[in-house]
Amino acid sequence: MTMARKPYVRKKYWNEPQMGWYERAYLFEILRGMAITSAVFLRNMTKWITGRKGAITTYYPEERRWDYAPGNRGKHVLTQRPDGSPQCIACNMCATVCPAKVIEIDAALDLNDPAHPKYPARFEIDYSRCIFCGLCVEACPEDAIRMVPEVPDFPSGNRGRMWIAKEELLTWRPLKDVAKPYPPKGAAVEVRGHG
Amino acid sequence: MIQDLVIYVIFITYAISVLMGFGTILTWVERKQAAVMSDRIGANRAYLRIPFTQIKLIWWGLFHGMADGLKMLLKEDFKPQTYDWYAYAVAPWVVFTPVLLVFAVVPFGGMLNPGLLFPALADWFGGRTYPMQIATLDAGLLIVFAFGGMTIIGAMLAGWSSSNKFSLLGALRAGSQMISYELIMGLTVLGLIVIYGTVDLDNIVRQQSGVVLGWLPAWGVVYQPFAATLFMAAAIAENKRIPFDLPEAESELIAGFYTEYSAMKMGLFMFAEFIEIAIIAALFATLFLGGYNLPYMNDRGFALPGGSVIEMSHGAVVVTQLVVFLAKMFVLSSFQILIRWTLPRFRYDQVLRFAWKFMFPLALANLTVTAVWLWLAQG
Repeated sequence: MTMARKPYVRKKYWNEPQMGWYERAYLFEILRGMAITSAVFLRNMTKWITGRKGAITTYYPEERRWDYAPGNRGKHVLTQRPDGSPQCIACNMCATVCPAKVIEIDAALDLNDPAHPKYPARFEIDYSRCIFCGLCVEACPEDAIRMVPEVPDFPSGNRGRMWIAKEELLTWRPLKDVAKPYPPKGAAVEVRGHG
Repeated sequence: MIQDLVIYVIFITYAISVLMGFGTILTWVERKQAAVMSDRIGANRAYLRIPFTQIKLIWWGLFHGMADGLKMLLKEDFKPQTYDWYAYAVAPWVVFTPVLLVFAVVPFGGMLNPGLLFPALADWFGGRTYPMQIATLDAGLLIVFAFGGMTIIGAMLAGWSSSNKFSLLGALRAGSQMISYELIMGLTVLGLIVIYGTVDLDNIVRQQSGVVLGWLPAWGVVYQPFAATLFMAAAIAENKRIPFDLPEAESELIAGFYTEYSAMKMGLFMFAEFIEIAIIAALFATLFLGGYNLPYMNDRGFALPGGSVIEMSHGAVVVTQLVVFLAKMFVLSSFQILIRWTLPRFRYDQVLRFAWKFMFPLALANLTVTAVWLWLAQG
């Protein structure tokens, strides 16, 4: 007995376009489409004209991206004492813990500040090698180095240009937001410059 | 005699700077409008720095057109091992020149009386008047179609002489598409010619400054709304832009008939496309939207439907007409860009079927209805 084979019919997995005369006339649907795009155009244009931004795009290097976490580890900053000197005591713990060995510190002596006689004469970070792990921040005993959400802004073809020096690290200056009290308790402080 | 020369040199300079200006500005408008329509910012990085200062003029990226032009001028002018180098070299100009020439018959203002405008020169001009139009030809509309048809030759030459199969396919598509849509453009305009009884564009504009049905401005779009729609669609197809950009279909043909062109030769094709946007806008405004006149306006001022007349000085009329024409051109160009960034592309067979099975019968029907209606109206 031979089995009667049914011919293979390919399963139809698409939908035939079901267009009435309204869609077939093109014009109405075209007008609808243009109404949608014009509405978006007018909405965004009104925003631009009234000084708001009519786009969700971020001007990248100039603006901070909206999706950065508040704790985003971007670039480093050095916290400051109220007189503007770095809170850093040049103990080299951050440079020691740094897995990428990017922090370079030259310590110097400042006898005018007996509470913190050691200070960094040079504090530089090489961002071409930094892995943004944040271990330096955790290692710091003085809360002197932190990381802010803003990322360092130097796309460059030259590794030598990807360093940040002490002057730039010290541009972050919320002076009240430091964990350490100043002047330190039990220490007589001579303010620098009285020399 | 010398007065005519001075006036027409001024007209030609004005027309060419308007077209070149539109071509440059529209490249920027196209990008910026598309960006705003799709929640983006758009080109905004090119700037001019004032020398010896750090003042950068960004102006919403307006200088991107300049940067593009500079880039095209400085790029390598690559030449293929081409079959026909002469046709290859001449093709961009065959596309570009007729586009500019079309504007010669388009009136961009009403009657100019220089003596009235500059009383110091009144004696020198001696009461001569000039219609603000480069070539005052009775055959205006025919010239438009004659020169408009020449761009096809350029596209075909470019495709054929490149000895590249993509170019040849693009040229083939360009030829069949442009000829089909040129026919429809002509048919839609025939209805207007039947109504106005002339092909002189300036005369057509003058006839549109009246009133119809008591209060509507006697614009072509009021008489022929159907033809206006068809004309706009056919004109965009003639210009080979989305949704009809089959000759250039990037995803299929690389760049169509100008695949083998680089540097400023390619730039000429692109520039011709953008100038043609402005030309289409100018033609549409002239034929259907009252040309250089505001509604109810004529060369002496406004004649409002109520019967009241507002007289205007000659200078005010001239300036208003020039500005109004530019404004209409700009709005219509922007409208074409809106269409280009809204509609998806047709398939190639759909483009031709759309032309011959949809628009062609409609244009014929429109013409028939117009003719019968006019015959009945004339009794």
